[in-house]
Amino acid sequence: MEPGEIHALLGENGAGKSTLMNVLYGLYQPDEGEILVDGRQLKLRGPSDAIAAGIGMVHQHFMLVPVFTVAENIMLGAEQVRGGIAGFLDRRRARREVAEVSERYHLRVDPDAIVEDLPVGIQQRVEIVKALTRDVDLLILDEPTAVLTPQETEELLTVMRSLKAAGKSIVFITHKLGEVKAIADRITVIRRGKTVGTASPEASRDELAALMVGRTVRLTVDKQPATPGQPVLEVSGLVVDDDRQCRAVDGVDLTVRAGEVLGVAGVQGNGQTELIEAIMGLRPMLAGSVTLDGQQVDSWSTKKVLRAGVGYVPEDRSVDGLVKEFSVAENLVLDIYDRPPFGKGLVLRPDAIAASAQERIAQFDVRTSSADAAVGTLSGGNQQKVIVARELSRPLKLFIAAQPTRGVDVGSIEFIHSQVIRERDIGTAVLVVSSELDEVIGLADRIAVMYRGRIIGIVGPDTPREEIGLLMAGITPDSAGASPTGDTPASAPESPGNEDKE
Amino acid sequence: MSTTAVPDVAAAPVDQGFWTRHRKTGAVLLALGLLATVLFGALATGQQARFTLSETEGGAALEINGTVGAILFGVVALLAGGAILFGVPKRWFTLTLGLGLVAFVLSFLCWQVSAAPEGRNFMPLVNVVRGTFVLALPLIFGALAGVLCERSGVVNVAIEGQLLMGAFSGALFGSITGSVWVGLVAAAVGGAFISLLLAVFAIRYLVDQVVIGIVLNLLAVGVSGFLYERLMQTNAERYNSPPRFANWEIPLLKDIPLIGPALFRGNIFLYLGLLLVLVIHIALFRTRWGLRTRSVGEHPTAADTVGVKVLGLRYRNVIMAGMVAGIGGASYTLALYTFTKNMIGGKGFIALAALIFGRWSPTGALLAALFFGFADQLATYLGAIGSTIPSQFLAMLPYLATILAVAGLVGRVRAPAADGKPYIKG
Repeated sequence: MEPGEIHALLGENGAGKSTLMNVLYGLYQPDEGEILVDGRQLKLRGPSDAIAAGIGMVHQHFMLVPVFTVAENIMLGAEQVRGGIAGFLDRRRARREVAEVSERYHLRVDPDAIVEDLPVGIQQRVEIVKALTRDVDLLILDEPTAVLTPQETEELLTVMRSLKAAGKSIVFITHKLGEVKAIADRITVIRRGKTVGTASPEASRDELAALMVGRTVRLTVDKQPATPGQPVLEVSGLVVDDDRQCRAVDGVDLTVRAGEVLGVAGVQGNGQTELIEAIMGLRPMLAGSVTLDGQQVDSWSTKKVLRAGVGYVPEDRSVDGLVKEFSVAENLVLDIYDRPPFGKGLVLRPDAIAASAQERIAQFDVRTSSADAAVGTLSGGNQQKVIVARELSRPLKLFIAAQPTRGVDVGSIEFIHSQVIRERDIGTAVLVVSSELDEVIGLADRIAVMYRGRIIGIVGPDTPREEIGLLMAGITPDSAGASPTGDTPASAPESPGNEDKE
Repeated sequence: MSTTAVPDVAAAPVDQGFWTRHRKTGAVLLALGLLATVLFGALATGQQARFTLSETEGGAALEINGTVGAILFGVVALLAGGAILFGVPKRWFTLTLGLGLVAFVLSFLCWQVSAAPEGRNFMPLVNVVRGTFVLALPLIFGALAGVLCERSGVVNVAIEGQLLMGAFSGALFGSITGSVWVGLVAAAVGGAFISLLLAVFAIRYLVDQVVIGIVLNLLAVGVSGFLYERLMQTNAERYNSPPRFANWEIPLLKDIPLIGPALFRGNIFLYLGLLLVLVIHIALFRTRWGLRTRSVGEHPTAADTVGVKVLGLRYRNVIMAGMVAGIGGASYTLALYTFTKNMIGGKGFIALAALIFGRWSPTGALLAALFFGFADQLATYLGAIGSTIPSQFLAMLPYLATILAVAGLVGRVRAPAADGKPYIKG
């Protein structure tokens, strides 16, 4: 690393990027090897050693105490105190320090705001300020853009440039190629814990992707134009609360037709989760209706919805999608274990379950030591394939996939995407929810953008990324400038009449 | 670069409709006020209800006609409820609610006192206040022990055991040496012994903290009970005749009417308890130790990444908590009684309730403990004047209040986020 350099660390999920950086930050102890800073060997016993050596880190999951103020979070661990051993906090000084740093690097934060009230982008800024107040020379950013809107990402890149101008070095961990090309001075690609190459930002996306995965991958989803048929899922005026009784879905209208993929884009936490859970009967609807093939399903139990021909990939596979301690074979029949041929009367038929599991494992390319291995021992991508295999093994009318490729390696992403399209092509209606905009653009025939519990716009997949990005931030083309905060109600909600057919 | 496009997801508007939590509280208070006005007013007699500022019937007193008083205070409660229901500003909420509840209690007392038989129809306020503090004292120490533990993320169900061990070793070593001070130190060590076990099993061996807490309570009962039978019962003279701290009168303050005799003629435990509430409150919210303790209880990983020693801090706080509870246990044996088997009798669990009711804050815990102590004292008093209300109903009050508090009806109760979750590095 050179001073004033932005060094991108590129690699698939599970390639060892974060582990490497946690070692560098003193959180994990290296088994062998050494770390050199300014030519001197460094022994890091803990994060305080790393901070002392001028290394700061912004973690993928923010390391902020939600109920503390910004100033309290920033001073934690490096408190200025008065009054000898009593150690009274010098809040005024802490606040001044925060103000100084935000001034110097143009990172506006309110020192007295409570962190949990702040939007994610600002929380990240607090993390950066926290590192900067500790006088670091090297800043590690671990997947900083994973939770940001395109606009917030743009802001972050600007901040990174100004830090670079101030002579700070930055290690930028990511698996997003576009950002790397936009900002990095040098790129190191990691695969399975080994450096497999370095590249300059001039290298093409395809070259970088190939280095990352070790073979050439298709970045775009291969598909024919859709041939939409009858509406299968119709949602109208849906209102749903989240767990805290706050309105999460606020009057959503949606139609998904047979043989098309409707993609729901949006920054996480804008009601997508609650929308899907309400459709699946997992969460009470406060108003509105949901029909499946013309049948009202509002008050149906989840089991009934599933049996009616709905396939569902939940967004959090480890919590809602799989029973981790169960075997792959058992997980593959979680939805139909009580139906022939898998169950008869009160007993299960292990032989039928095992036979079907073998078939699915082969068909869906699940890499597992055996069908009896606990599903929790599989990699993220293969766990996801188990869920997809289970859901697609039934004849479906509607397939709902929430974050189908979150935390999944590139190879599995490719496979899962092709399965989604295959399902569409046999005439199933498909609803895909994802916070990865590229995924939505790649898969969807129509894109609905969700913002604060509403569908703020429905656009075609050829719409420029920037426009969708603005929608995700709550800015509709006609309201831009007039009300940039997005307080205006969503633009014309979809009705069967003005649906745009791409 | 525009910052306006940042979606403000966290601050999405919340429309709860008319029945907000405040309004619900107001409606309940309104109903209570109505009940007091009608029922207590009707049941009260026209006799004077006397509240004497002393320990006996004589001396200066506040007097009011029973019926008038019951109705008057009932109406005050009713008005307070109505005010909350129809929207007083938020910053007045707590004050108005407090006023309403006090008025309700006063209305109730007017009825009870005026309806008592001749010669007993007075309430000695000094006795009541002092009794409240005496009964609340173990709860205060216990709840403070809970605060120290749980603010750093370790659930302390073993308060009962810590109090008991403190009472036992205070009595034992106080008796053997004849010194109250040795007894006090021994009590702190006894409480710390239980909490050290809690710390080791919870932090080092990741045992479920509620389970280990309950087990430690049983251990404390077992160990102290065994030694009580073997040592103290066979030779009470030598092993169970603990010396007692004398009452210390504080000059000037002791002469304040009502409060003086009730509060400033107490023993070391009363002063120590109140002082600890103050010290721990300031320390928790104003010092480096407090900031780190709270961070470890809320988000230990975050604390670790900025160099705070999570496990060390937890050990230290849990052991301190045991010492505080141990001293609380000694407030029985080194001031009031000799040791008896299982003498804490569930106070540790009520302290746990006070901790929750007081929302994990030292001052909140103090108020909750006083409330529980008052309910306890009132039950005794009503028994003494031959009230028609079974004292068991009043004895239920603390538990009822805790259930309401835990159910979230009295404001939002939020435990430290990492409470009860062991911290495993990496």
